[in-house]
Amino acid sequence: MADAFPAVLTGPSSKERRYDRQLRLWAATGQQALEDSRVLLVNSDGTFGPQSTGVAGVAGVEALKNLVLPGIGGITIVDPATVTEVDLGVNFFLEAESLGKSRAEETCRLLRELNPDVQGYAYSKPVSQLLQDPNFLAQHKLVIISGPTKRSTLQAVCQEAKNLGIPVLYTHSVGFYSMFSLQLPAEFPIVETHPDPESTQDLRLLNPWPELIAAGTALGDLSSMDDHQHGHVPYILLLLHFIEQWKQTHAGKPPSNYKEKTEFREFVRSQARTNTPEGGEENFDEAVGAVMKTISPFELRSSIREIFAMDQCQQLKPDSPDFWIIASAIHKFCEENKGLLPLPGSLPDMKAQSADYVSLQNIYKAKARRDVDEVTATVRQLETQIGRTAPIPEREIEVFCKNAADIKVVRGRHIPLLSEDSDAATTKTIRGGFALDDRLVAIYVAFEILDAVVSEVQSIADTENGGDQLRLPNIEDEELWTKHTDRILKVLARDTGTDIPPEQKDILEDAMWELRRTEGGELHNISALTGGLVAQEALKVLTQQYVPLDNTCVFDGARSQTAMYRL
Amino acid sequence: MSTIDPQARWTYLYKALSKNGPLTDEDWEFGPETIATLESSKILVIGAGGLGCEILKNLALSGFKDIHVIDMDTIDISNLNRQFLFRQADIGKPKAEVAAAFVEKRVKGVKITPYVGKIQDKDEDYYMQFKIIICGLDSIEARRWINSTLIAMVDMENPESLKPLVDGGTEGFKGQSRVILPTLSSCIECQLDMHAPRPAVPLCTIATIPRQPQHCIEWAYQIAWQEKRKDEPFDSDDLEHISWVYNAALERGEQFHIHGVTFQMTQGVVKNIIPAIASTNAVIAASTTSEVLKIAASCNPYLDNYMMYAGEEGVYTYTFQAEKKSDCPVCGNLARKMEVDPNVTLGDFIESLGERAEAQLKKPSMRTEEKTLYQRFPPQLEEQTRPNLQLKLRDLVADGQEIAVSDPAYTIDFRYRLNFK
Repeated sequence: MADAFPAVLTGPSSKERRYDRQLRLWAATGQQALEDSRVLLVNSDGTFGPQSTGVAGVAGVEALKNLVLPGIGGITIVDPATVTEVDLGVNFFLEAESLGKSRAEETCRLLRELNPDVQGYAYSKPVSQLLQDPNFLAQHKLVIISGPTKRSTLQAVCQEAKNLGIPVLYTHSVGFYSMFSLQLPAEFPIVETHPDPESTQDLRLLNPWPELIAAGTALGDLSSMDDHQHGHVPYILLLLHFIEQWKQTHAGKPPSNYKEKTEFREFVRSQARTNTPEGGEENFDEAVGAVMKTISPFELRSSIREIFAMDQCQQLKPDSPDFWIIASAIHKFCEENKGLLPLPGSLPDMKAQSADYVSLQNIYKAKARRDVDEVTATVRQLETQIGRTAPIPEREIEVFCKNAADIKVVRGRHIPLLSEDSDAATTKTIRGGFALDDRLVAIYVAFEILDAVVSEVQSIADTENGGDQLRLPNIEDEELWTKHTDRILKVLARDTGTDIPPEQKDILEDAMWELRRTEGGELHNISALTGGLVAQEALKVLTQQYVPLDNTCVFDGARSQTAMYRL
Repeated sequence: MSTIDPQARWTYLYKALSKNGPLTDEDWEFGPETIATLESSKILVIGAGGLGCEILKNLALSGFKDIHVIDMDTIDISNLNRQFLFRQADIGKPKAEVAAAFVEKRVKGVKITPYVGKIQDKDEDYYMQFKIIICGLDSIEARRWINSTLIAMVDMENPESLKPLVDGGTEGFKGQSRVILPTLSSCIECQLDMHAPRPAVPLCTIATIPRQPQHCIEWAYQIAWQEKRKDEPFDSDDLEHISWVYNAALERGEQFHIHGVTFQMTQGVVKNIIPAIASTNAVIAASTTSEVLKIAASCNPYLDNYMMYAGEEGVYTYTFQAEKKSDCPVCGNLARKMEVDPNVTLGDFIESLGERAEAQLKKPSMRTEEKTLYQRFPPQLEEQTRPNLQLKLRDLVADGQEIAVSDPAYTIDFRYRLNFK
């Protein structure tokens, strides 16, 4: 039977070979999610002043490159600008022949060359015109907007995206600095967060179930084993065995605090045979090493408790997303199983005979299977209760149970726009940063001032359209900078009633100085780096794997540092 | 061909180079001179893969005009998910040549000179011609080689002999970039233990007590192949070879009731595949090129000296100064301390150097000041010193004695002080 097919036929398809290095991260499910997604890039919406085409938008273009390569379903570029010589100095996806042509079309054409499977659409008109078609935005799973851009456009896109539940990334790259924010729906749940496997082992040594207890008891008398047997007892069984011994002399209680655990560890160490050729036993070394990490009762994390307590989990509706139905079923499981979550069921490798390891592994797997079955039964009940007809696929429930301890719900926030409407938490975070000489928070504020200046330049240009172009203000207009700096400083003083002290203002002055070196222009390296970070966030949002930014990231290319803020 | 006005094209770059900023040096002469210096700086890029493709693009769009690139590899289909200068039709062609030609065609005015081959083919004269060397490699061994070569080139009388080395590396959503000033700052070798190799599975596990699907694959690849097909050199790019190993591993898995052997896992184990994506490469490559631009043009301070990046949970970076170690075997002047068990044999000790984080030497030979302990080459000397492999360390060296270790992969000797446990 084994030779019914030539062996080579079992090899991967050409698509699997092309995407091999990324499938090892997000697997076929993540890849499918990417291929089902189309991403919109809104790349410019006005000038920086007379004779300027405004933002070059390279950070956004580079982000698209990093999505086209792994096989995103499609891209849409909206950009009314035509290609100028300045673009050729920063944008790799334009060529000499592109001069004078539509920047959207040329960039889209050269990006599509990277991957024949990706669809591309280009529009050489302002996004406001496209938004008049109510179906336009809805075709996309994610929007990337290149800043700085005028508030009215930004808010129009963000608002409609919010209504449709589409995430938005708002990016800036100017000189040596960059900054971007992510707007997610009000609740953004993630099942596969991919935590470090080392830090998340769940072996339940203090919450054993009957089969595991039986396996520990079945060990019997360790002293009667020969050296080979003794040196191959899986460390999990050793620990179970010694915990039982410990309990007998400690009023039936397992080691429960640091001191007791240290004592217990030394006790385990003392039980190893040292008269072996190696002078010790590897399985005992493993047991000793595992005491501090694994001898703890199972504890439900507060983040999981918060998820259980959320309205979406408590009050299911017929159209509740799968996540909340399964979360609700797991909540019930937890209540009925003394606060335990379903067992993930994976077992780390350890020194053991093959058969002993496999049978121990089967004990974990069987328990995990039973837990999944219990949760599935509850899911089916809930589906009936809420009148849902299409059952949630079994695999989805299984994956959820395996990851139950590490699920996350990010509470999405708007793109933060520093203004009189900013909430107190935002101004407090920023003031706190200033007080600690945080140079990166000052960069964020400098970007907000730049945004306000550009917004005003573009709004005036719109109203003056066709008028005297040379009389328009530009991005270097000192009066505009002073006006918006003063206004933003007032916003930051609003909630504390105190002005930012002069020495703290200096870090803002420095940030603005550096930011204004290129007069709104991009440096390719900084945009390429930012495009990498933005694409990383896009991948996480679209695959719903790993944990996205919450919600603002600043990169300081002069100091080679980044920072994250929740604003 | 239409001519492009450089002043217009490089508007933004020239602005950054023609104005000072809050962090630029007070004596910095910005303007035309800096621009001329930048444009005439000769830069060497080592590696034209995931990082290298990005680096070449970034350098070309940072105003560098004279770029060289070395890579010995040819293009494989699995490169296309991130190495964006290559297309399906390029599969099988040399990376360095295709990458250089693409960037030259796209960014008019830049000259990129490819070399298809190994970095070890080139000598000090070759490396001396560059202003800065930038690495986008997946091999620790190649990094260590260029690091020790550049350190050996430093001549205190000649400032031009000090070649800054900017290095990038990635794995999945993680990466790092670092700036090394040979002999002046922490080097690759000083930081070796921060990049420890994954511990190998003990041979007895593979041979007799497999527990994981990976153990079955290792058995098929290391043991079954040797037994059944020892006359054919194993080629990890040959699908038939991989399929054979896969099937052998499947059978062994069945025999031991071990589930989970897949073709993908088989490939991963035998080729030691590291996950790689375009976005992480973009971040790290741009970080390294940004440092090169800052070093070449002095337009802002450069990284001092290490930035690590992790993108799995939000955007996390940590920028710090890795320590220059006085007992670094390459740039320090003291021998590195190494704890050893005096009762192990020289043979076992030599074996262990491959995995010890602070050594990572696969084929070491060693001597004390007085005598040769073990020497792999020439064969006569190997034969003479072979009996030492059976002796215990305590019978060969004294506690605290210094040994010099050489390895064919490196041009220099590594000095270790052996302290008995």
